[in-house]
Amino acid sequence: MIKLDSKIPEGPLTEKWTNYRSSHKLVNPANKKKLDIILVGTGLAGSAAASSLGELGYNVKVFCFQDTPRRAHSVAAQGGINAAKNYKHDGDSVYRLFYDMIKGGDYRAREANVYRAAEVSNATIDQLTAQGVPFAREYGGALDNRSFGGVQVSRTFYAKGQTGQQCLLGAYSGLLRQIGKGTVTMYSRREMLELVVIDGKARGIITRNLVTGELERHSGHAVVLATGGYGTIYYLSTLAVNSNGSAAWAAYKKGAFFGNPSFVQIHPSSIPVLNDYQSKLTLMSESLRNDGRVWVPKKKGDKRPANDIPEDERDYYLERRYPAYGNLVPRDVGSRAAKERCDAGYGVGDTGLAVNLDFKDAIDKQGKKAIENKYGNLFEMYEKTTGINSYEEPMRIYPAGHYTMGGLWVDYNLMTTIPGLFAIGESNFSDHGANRLGASSLMQCAGDGYFIIPNTITSYLADEIRTPRIPVDKPEFEEAQKTVQEKIHKLLTINGSQTVTSFHKRLGKILWDYCGMTRNEAGLKKAMGMVEELEQEFWRDVKVPATANELNQELEKAGRVADFFELAKLLVTDALNRKESCGAHFREESQTETGEAKRDDRNYSYVTAWEYNGENKPPLMHKEDLKFENVEVKERSYK
Amino acid sequence: MNIKLKVWRQKSAKEKGKFVKYTLENASPEMSFLEMLDALNTKLILQGDDPVAFEHDCREGICGCCSLYINGRPHGPGEKTTTCELHMRSFKEGKTIVIEPWRSRGFPVLKDLIVDRHAFDKILIAGGFISNEAGTAQDANSILIRKDKADEAFDSAVCIGCAACVAACKNASAMLFVSAKVSQFALLQQGKVEAKQRVQAMVRKMDELGFGNCTNTYACEAECPKGISVTNIARMNREFFGARIGTQKS
Repeated sequence: MIKLDSKIPEGPLTEKWTNYRSSHKLVNPANKKKLDIILVGTGLAGSAAASSLGELGYNVKVFCFQDTPRRAHSVAAQGGINAAKNYKHDGDSVYRLFYDMIKGGDYRAREANVYRAAEVSNATIDQLTAQGVPFAREYGGALDNRSFGGVQVSRTFYAKGQTGQQCLLGAYSGLLRQIGKGTVTMYSRREMLELVVIDGKARGIITRNLVTGELERHSGHAVVLATGGYGTIYYLSTLAVNSNGSAAWAAYKKGAFFGNPSFVQIHPSSIPVLNDYQSKLTLMSESLRNDGRVWVPKKKGDKRPANDIPEDERDYYLERRYPAYGNLVPRDVGSRAAKERCDAGYGVGDTGLAVNLDFKDAIDKQGKKAIENKYGNLFEMYEKTTGINSYEEPMRIYPAGHYTMGGLWVDYNLMTTIPGLFAIGESNFSDHGANRLGASSLMQCAGDGYFIIPNTITSYLADEIRTPRIPVDKPEFEEAQKTVQEKIHKLLTINGSQTVTSFHKRLGKILWDYCGMTRNEAGLKKAMGMVEELEQEFWRDVKVPATANELNQELEKAGRVADFFELAKLLVTDALNRKESCGAHFREESQTETGEAKRDDRNYSYVTAWEYNGENKPPLMHKEDLKFENVEVKERSYK
Repeated sequence: MNIKLKVWRQKSAKEKGKFVKYTLENASPEMSFLEMLDALNTKLILQGDDPVAFEHDCREGICGCCSLYINGRPHGPGEKTTTCELHMRSFKEGKTIVIEPWRSRGFPVLKDLIVDRHAFDKILIAGGFISNEAGTAQDANSILIRKDKADEAFDSAVCIGCAACVAACKNASAMLFVSAKVSQFALLQQGKVEAKQRVQAMVRKMDELGFGNCTNTYACEAECPKGISVTNIARMNREFFGARIGTQKS
C-alpha cells in the first residue's frame, strides 16, 4: 500500500520555498529539449504552465477540448485576483494572506502549500501586468484594489467584472508566443479519456479527436493535469456546461488519490433557478457584496415588490448575524445564511428561493456612475438574463454550485501519487482547505502555472534525462486505448429511451438535495442508494445517437456523465466519513447552538485521500494529518 | 410558444449542407436561445435523429464559443448580446427563425453550425503578445498608466474572439478583431517596445489567411457583442503606417 508523503521541505515556513528553489535538481538546456511534457487543459493554470515550461525549453504538448485555448472556463472568473502587495497600506502581508486562507479554509489545508501560494502571489501580479493585462487603475496611474469576502484588507486586483478573462488572455498570449516559437504544440478539440501508466510512472494519454472521433496516443516524460473542477456534477452550476471531471477521474482510476472530494463550494450569489429547462446558473460576482446589501423581508411570505418594503421591515441578515464582516462574510457562511432564511419561509421571488442584493444605498452615496464603473458588465449580464434593471430594484440571488476545493491529492511538488503525474489549479485539492476565499482561485492557478510547476517538474525530470522518448506502441497504450474504445462502444449500443442530459439533471438534483449546502447521515445514505440506482438505469436506458467516428457532442456528454456517477459515489462516501462540519462541508449533526459549523479537530484534522480499489469495491481511505505550527487553530468566527 | 426553425445541416466539412425545417412546440419565452436548441435536440434524439451540432460552453457571454447566424445577423437580434444571452422573448411566435453557421472563407464548417475559427489563433501567434517571460517582470506599480488609457485598453481587450465581426462583414474582414488586440497593447506602456513588429506581423498574417479589407461599413461594430469600437481600426491603421515609415527609416 502506498504511504502518503506530502514531501514538505524542512525548515521554517517562510524559508521552505526559497530553500527548495535553491536546492532542487536542475536539467540543463540541451536536455530540456529532449524531454516531453503533456499538459491537459488551458485555463489560467494550464496556459501559464504551458508558456513557462515552453520558455524553459521543454518540449510541451498541450491539449484542450475547446476549439482554442482561450475559451477555458477561467475566462468566466469575475471579481478578481488576490496578492499580498499591500499597495493599500492597510496592513497586508504574505503572512496575513496565508493566515486568511488557512482560516477561510477552516483549518483543513496544508500550511506549507498555502504559504507558498501567498508567497508567489505578488510575482503573479507583476507577471500579468507586464503581459499587458489591463487591471483597474487609480487616477494616479497605480493599480487599484478592492475587498473580497472573508478578509479585512483590500488586496484584490481586478479588471471590472472580467478579471478571469483578462488574466486568461494574458496567459494565453504567452502560450501562443511559445507555439510560434515551436516549443509548444497545441492540440485543440481533443479530450483526454485515459491516462497511460508504464512501470508505475505517468507516460502518456489517450485522447479523442472531437472532430474526427479518432483515438490518439500521446507520450511524454511527465503529464500535467490542469483540467479544472467537477462542479458540473450538480448539473446546474456556475461552470461552463462542458467542464467535467473525467480527466481527473481517469487519473484516479489509474492510481492517483482523490483528496477531500466532498469539499464543494456553493457560491452565495448566482442568478436563481428560474425554470425547468435551465441549463446553467450565472454567477453574480462576490465583489458586488462590497457595495450591495443582502436582505429579505422581516415578514414571512411578504410578496410586495422589494422597493415597496420599508427600511424597518427589512432583515439585513448578514449584517445582523455577522457584524464584523457583514455582507463580506466568506462564501460558505453566506450561502448557508441564505438557505436558512429561505427554508424558514422568508425567501423572495416566485419560488421563494432567492434573497435581495440591494445597491440603493451605494448608488445614493457614490452615484450611479461609480457603481457602473465597478460592476457595469455584471448589471448588464443580470438584465440580459432576467430582464430586470438592478440600478432600479435589487438583484435576486441564490446559492449555486461553483468551485471544488477537493481534487487530486498532490504533495508539495504538486505531484499526485502516480510518479510523473502532476495536478495544478482547481484540479488539485491543495490550497483552499474546506472553503475557498474569493479571488484566490485565479491567484492559485497563475501561481501554480507560472512559478511552482516549472520548479517542481524540473526537479522530477532531472532523473528522467536518460529516458528516451516513449514509443506509443507499448502494450500499456494498447490497453488504455482498448478501455476507451470499449466504453464508447458500450455507450453507443445501449440505444435506450432517455437522453444523457435527463440523467445528468437527475444526478445533479440528488446531489444538490442531499450532498449540497448541508448534509446529514440519513440523507447521504439515501443519496448513495439513489445514485447507484440511477447509474444502473443509465447503463440500461441511455440513448446516445450517431457514431464514434464523427463530431458527436452527445457521446462526449455521455462519457462525462458516466464518470460523474462514479465520482458522485466518492463524493457521498467522503461526506459520510467526515462527521464534523468544516467550511463548505456542513453536517447538520455537527453545529453550534447558533447554527454555525462545528469543527471536530480531535478527530478530523486531516485530509482524506481516497484510493481506487477496483470496480464496485469501496475505495480505500488514507489520511494526511494536518499540522499547524504557524497559526493557532481557533474557532472560525466572522461575528 | 410554438417555434418554426430552418437550420443549416451539414454532416462534415467534406459533405454538402442544406437547410432543414423543424418545429418545436411548447417553447417558453423565458428560454435562452441555446436552451431552445437543447429542447429541439432532445426531441430529435428521442425521435432517433441526429441532433444539431452547435458550439457553446460558458453560456454567460464570455467564452466566445457561440457562433450562430440568426435571421441574417451574427448572434441574432439584440444589441451587444451573444447567442447564449439571447432569449426567446426576443422572437415573435409563428415567424420562421433561420439559423446558419458563420459564413466566411476563413472559417470552414466542421459540422452543422460549428465552424473552425483557428485562423484567429494564427493571427495572434504572429504577434498578439508582449514578449515577457515568467520571472522577469518588475514590480507592477513601477509602470504607472493613466487611468483613461488603462480603461481604453480594457475596452479593446474585452474581445471574446467569437468572430461575429468577420461574419458580419461583407468583405469577411478581421480588422476589428486584429485592431482590438493591436490597440490594447499600443495603449499600454508595456506594449510599446514591440509595437512596430507586432502590428506588421499581425496584419501580414491576417492578409495571408485570406481575410478581406475594411471598407468602413461598420457592420462589425454594430454586431460585436462586446461593443468594440471601430476607432480601434483607425488606431491600427495609424500604427501600421507609422511602423512602415519607421521601418523604412531604419
